[in-house]
Amino acid sequence: MRARWPAVVAVGLLLVAGSGCSDGGNGSQDGRITLRFQSLAWQKESVDVNRELVREWNAAHPDIEVEYVQGSWDSVHDQLLTSFEGGEAPDIIHDASDDLADFAYGGYLADLSGLLSDRLTSDIPERSWETTTFGDGVYGVPFLQEPRVLIANAEWLERSGVRIPTPEKPWSWSEFRTVTDELGGGGDGKGDGDGDGKYGVAWPLKEPVSATLNLSLSAGGRLFHRGDDGKVRIRFDEGDAVVPRTIHDQVDTDGSAPRSTLGSGGSDTLPGFFGGKYAMVPLGFSYRQQIVQQAPKGFEWRVLPAPAGADGLVQGVSPQTLSVAADSPHQEEAAAFIDFLLRPRNMVRLALGDWMLPTGTAALRAPALRGEADGWATGVALAGRLRSAPAQSVRGYPEWKDKVATPALQEYYSGAIGLGELRRRLVTDGNLVLNRYQR
Amino acid sequence: MRTSGRTRAGQYAALFAYLVFLAFPFLWLVSTAFKPPRELGSLHPAWLPQDPTLDNFRQAFDEQPLLRAAANSLVAALGAAVIAVLIATPMAYVMARHRTRLAKAATGWVVVSQAFPFVLVIIPLFLVLKNLRLIDSVGGLVMVYVVWALPFALWMLVGYVRAVPAELEEAAAVDGAGRVRTLVSITAPLLAPGIVATGLFAFISAWNEFFFALVLLKSPEKQTLPVVLTHFLGAEGVADLGPLAAAAFLATVPSLVVFALIQKRLTGGMFAGAVKN
Repeated sequence: MRARWPAVVAVGLLLVAGSGCSDGGNGSQDGRITLRFQSLAWQKESVDVNRELVREWNAAHPDIEVEYVQGSWDSVHDQLLTSFEGGEAPDIIHDASDDLADFAYGGYLADLSGLLSDRLTSDIPERSWETTTFGDGVYGVPFLQEPRVLIANAEWLERSGVRIPTPEKPWSWSEFRTVTDELGGGGDGKGDGDGDGKYGVAWPLKEPVSATLNLSLSAGGRLFHRGDDGKVRIRFDEGDAVVPRTIHDQVDTDGSAPRSTLGSGGSDTLPGFFGGKYAMVPLGFSYRQQIVQQAPKGFEWRVLPAPAGADGLVQGVSPQTLSVAADSPHQEEAAAFIDFLLRPRNMVRLALGDWMLPTGTAALRAPALRGEADGWATGVALAGRLRSAPAQSVRGYPEWKDKVATPALQEYYSGAIGLGELRRRLVTDGNLVLNRYQR
Repeated sequence: MRTSGRTRAGQYAALFAYLVFLAFPFLWLVSTAFKPPRELGSLHPAWLPQDPTLDNFRQAFDEQPLLRAAANSLVAALGAAVIAVLIATPMAYVMARHRTRLAKAATGWVVVSQAFPFVLVIIPLFLVLKNLRLIDSVGGLVMVYVVWALPFALWMLVGYVRAVPAELEEAAAVDGAGRVRTLVSITAPLLAPGIVATGLFAFISAWNEFFFALVLLKSPEKQTLPVVLTHFLGAEGVADLGPLAAAAFLATVPSLVVFALIQKRLTGGMFAGAVKN
């Protein structure tokens, strides 16, 4: 008899779990609909803009109230997964496109194909829609995107006499390597520039995989190739080697990039940048806000395009997205809110608040985003070259990234392994991981 | 055995180094909370803010409802601590004084349950709470915290109960005290420091808990302090460092206050177990 009690408890729990009926979450009350909008905006300006837009919507739509809920980038995937499983997900979901694949394939997100207005659909370019298209459905609206740019110490750059790159005439990857060696005061190939602890570039590569893959697109690197059978295989071609080799050589051959920042995040490199240790730091476009806030008075900086390869300035991005939960009983209303939120004028406000680029072509034409100050013009010039991050819809990518690619790239950049071993691990070990997801 | 002067100096040096190691993150947090943005980006950060400012605190309060979140955390943590202690104390007494197979099995379960990762239990827990209509309820969160704290609280208290000599209870019984009188007048006072320590453990674990609060509370007005603190963080670990440090500093204050208030009780608790048999 004693052995039965765990079973009794289990049955009891199941009964409890099964006894209640779902309350439908955000159902209508007195004909009034309430939609929950979970936003991941976190910077003050961005949160303010989101709240203002929600207020404006609510004022204009007394029968459809949107409730603003602030979420957090930290643990958003686990939080959403639990909410989806429990049938309590927000109606409108803010996330990043590289987080959507599992939710889309899992049936948690509504297919927006028939719900969005022609205005919004045609305003956002096809290459951006590719980031949220899984199978035949569209599971999110990409609305903000962030290219990687070079933030440079303007005074140092001008003093050195190197050619200043522009979006029309960027540095090639080989030119970039030469320039960083010159800026580091070396050019002698002996490392650590001239030995004064100053470097041409600092690579913050705490998360080396997305940076490497996204920048590799410029050199024609794709790494992930979908075959006729629909299965994805990893191949490491010459184009895939350009960016890793450049970084490796800057750190291990030229000494124009410090080894110490390889394990750092972008914010960690800023003090060294402000302190005159590094001439340039490759960072996401939105880091400009931190630079504006934290740079010492009189510090002059400028935004340069990332180096270009055979395919020009192309690079991969995973835009921020707005999706609708499949369980939402008010999908049309949720889509209407998204449509309102992403009107060109509003998209500009959101982009300014987040220091990012809008995906909408109309918003990108706004004068507020085209000024030279703070590098906005350089960013807007790059917008047309942004593509879907190569791996974002590949199933098994997160495991490949964590177990294979991150340690392999970290070891390669630090000089512990060579290019041959990097290739073997990314391809051979990587395909073993992907095979498990594609049986 | 006498300790030589050199050994003692070494011991003090080790103790000092350990204290510095423990204090460093907190002192750095306090220093950061008072630094203006330009000092946060300095290559050679100073221990003390060169140009101290309260702007980070103003901004933190301006951007996030910290007081409301702190009040929610306080309710959840106090509720969890009180309920966990009320449940665990009689259970611990039984387990310590009556060593049956069930008590041994319970102890084993306590150890095993500490190894469960949050993500393993969160979805079933979410479903159960949803059907009990306890999602988005601080009461539901308290319930989860109690369940989560209970095994360890039980484990701690069993040790404290065992430290109270059974002979004292037997002597009280011989003197004519009833069961309840013995428990109230003899055992409970000796156990008090242990109960306080256990309550403190439950309080702090609930006060600091993030993931359950993130998942179970939907309404912004019910969010707890650890959840609100993450609102100062962006994607890929980018942070609004000044306001984050200011808010995190404020979040540590209640724990420090609780520790300060009950420190004597805790110290007393350490010696309470040192009764000669």
